[in-house]
Parts: sequence; C-alpha cells; structure tokens
Amino acid sequence: MPELGKYASEVLTAYGISLVLLIAIIAQSWLRAGKVRKALEEAEARRADA
Amino acid sequence: MSIWEYANPTKFMGWSGKALPWVAGLAAICTVVGLFWGFFLTPDDYRMGSTVKIIYIHVPSAMMAINIWGMMLLTSLIWLIRRHHVSALAARAAAPVGVVMTVIALVTGAIWGQPMWGTWWAWDPRLTSFLILFLFYLGYVALWAAIDNPDTAADLTSVLCLVGSVFALLSRYAVNFWNQGLHQGASLSLDKEENVSDVFWQPLVLSIAGFILLFIALVLLRTRTEIRARRLHALETRERMG
Repeated sequence: MPELGKYASEVLTAYGISLVLLIAIIAQSWLRAGKVRKALEEAEARRADA
Repeated sequence: MSIWEYANPTKFMGWSGKALPWVAGLAAICTVVGLFWGFFLTPDDYRMGSTVKIIYIHVPSAMMAINIWGMMLLTSLIWLIRRHHVSALAARAAAPVGVVMTVIALVTGAIWGQPMWGTWWAWDPRLTSFLILFLFYLGYVALWAAIDNPDTAADLTSVLCLVGSVFALLSRYAVNFWNQGLHQGASLSLDKEENVSDVFWQPLVLSIAGFILLFIALVLLRTRTEIRARRLHALETRERMG
C-alpha cells in the first residue's frame, strides 16, 4: 500500500466508489446478457416445437 | 462489401461475437495495469500530494463521458438518416455506460476539489455543463424506457441526443471559452509538446486506453443484448397473437 499521507481518505474513497460503479455496470451488462440470451433460446425452442 | 453491411444485425452478431473476448481481455489488462501503475507506482505531486492519483480515474472517465455522448450522436444521426436499427440500439446500449462515467467524473472531481479548491462543488462552466450533460444522460435513458414503440423511442431519443450535444461540446470546451472557472485546462492535449510529466502521463494514457476498450467491450456486449431482446420481443408478441 502506498503512503497516501493526509489525503488517504479522499484517494481511497475516489477509487472505492469508482471501482464499485465500474464493477456494477460490468456485472449488470453481463447478467442481463445471459438472461436475455437464455430467454431467446427458450422462445426459439418453443417456436421450433410448434 | 459496403461498410453498412457490418450494421446488419446478423453480420453484427457474427463479428462482434468474435471481437468481444479480445476487446474485453485487452480492456481488463489496460485498465488493471494502468490503475495499478497509477495508484501504487507513481510519486505524489509536489502541490496536490497523493490526490494526484485521482487523475487516473477522473480524466479517463470525464473523457469517456463526453466521447460516449459523441458516439451516441453519431449513431443517432445514422439512425435518423439511414434507419439502421443496430445504430439506434448501439446508442441505447452506450447511454448507461455514459451515466456511470459521468457519475465517476463528477464524484471523483468533487472528492479531489474539496481539499484542493476548498469546496466540493462550484458553479464553474465546466462543472455546470457536465452536470447538465449528466441530466441529459438520465433523460435519454428514461425516454428509451418510457416509450413502447422502439422506432418512436429511437426517433425521440435521437433528437434528444442532438440537443444534448450542445452540453457535451460545452463540457469539452468550457475551459477554453471561459477563463473565470475553477477547473484547470485539459490535462492532455494533442497540440502541446508536453502535457503532464511522463511519470504521471504514461499510466494515465494506459488508463485512458483501458477505459476506451472497456467502453467498446460493454457497448458490443450490450448492443448484442439489445438485438436479442428485440428478437425475443418479436417472438413473444407472435406467440401471444397465436
């Protein structure tokens, strides 16, 4: 861990919030992609059966 | 082959599926290495102390917030002029990423500004135009969600994007138009021989490359999802109609 001196809380807060937001948008995009892909596969399977 | 054929949904799904893992991998490498380098391996600035480390997040996110709107403007114009559905869906896919980048830029700027300027916020031209850009992003996302007909939604959000571009431009050039603001000039510029010192510049460029690649990866992933969602919606509508 680098020596952040008197601004340690500011630097760590900035990095912490940013990383949480970046991980959140990546996770949301990934999870929705999986959910929609699965739902589409099921709908196409139903269509093929009909 | 015409460039527009790449915007055909089937072709887009083909090439983007192949490109996505590579872009995502490069994005992860550049972002992690850039931020690690900036956070752990660079010295403090003689004036800003350790708060200089915030630039490795603040500058890339602020650049992306403005440039993502620029990309949305381009794809919106393509939709309005050529009616390519993938371009409208790409603009829709990009907007939430733009929201996140704008929030990161605003929050990290405020956290940096408090110890350096003595205030979290000032009604400075760049900060104010950035806040308005953020509100445009929210309005854009809300408008897409509020309208059922996808073509109508694409038309209206494209017009909103054109209007919001004024504030994206202001966000980019406000520091050049007005000199009375608190916000300093651009940290990086193509027309300057030297920007920030090399010791800060190298990890900063790597972080910027990482954020650009991360955005491309997310837009590819999210546009593919939007194309599938539209196909799913069409199939479900057909099922309901028997």
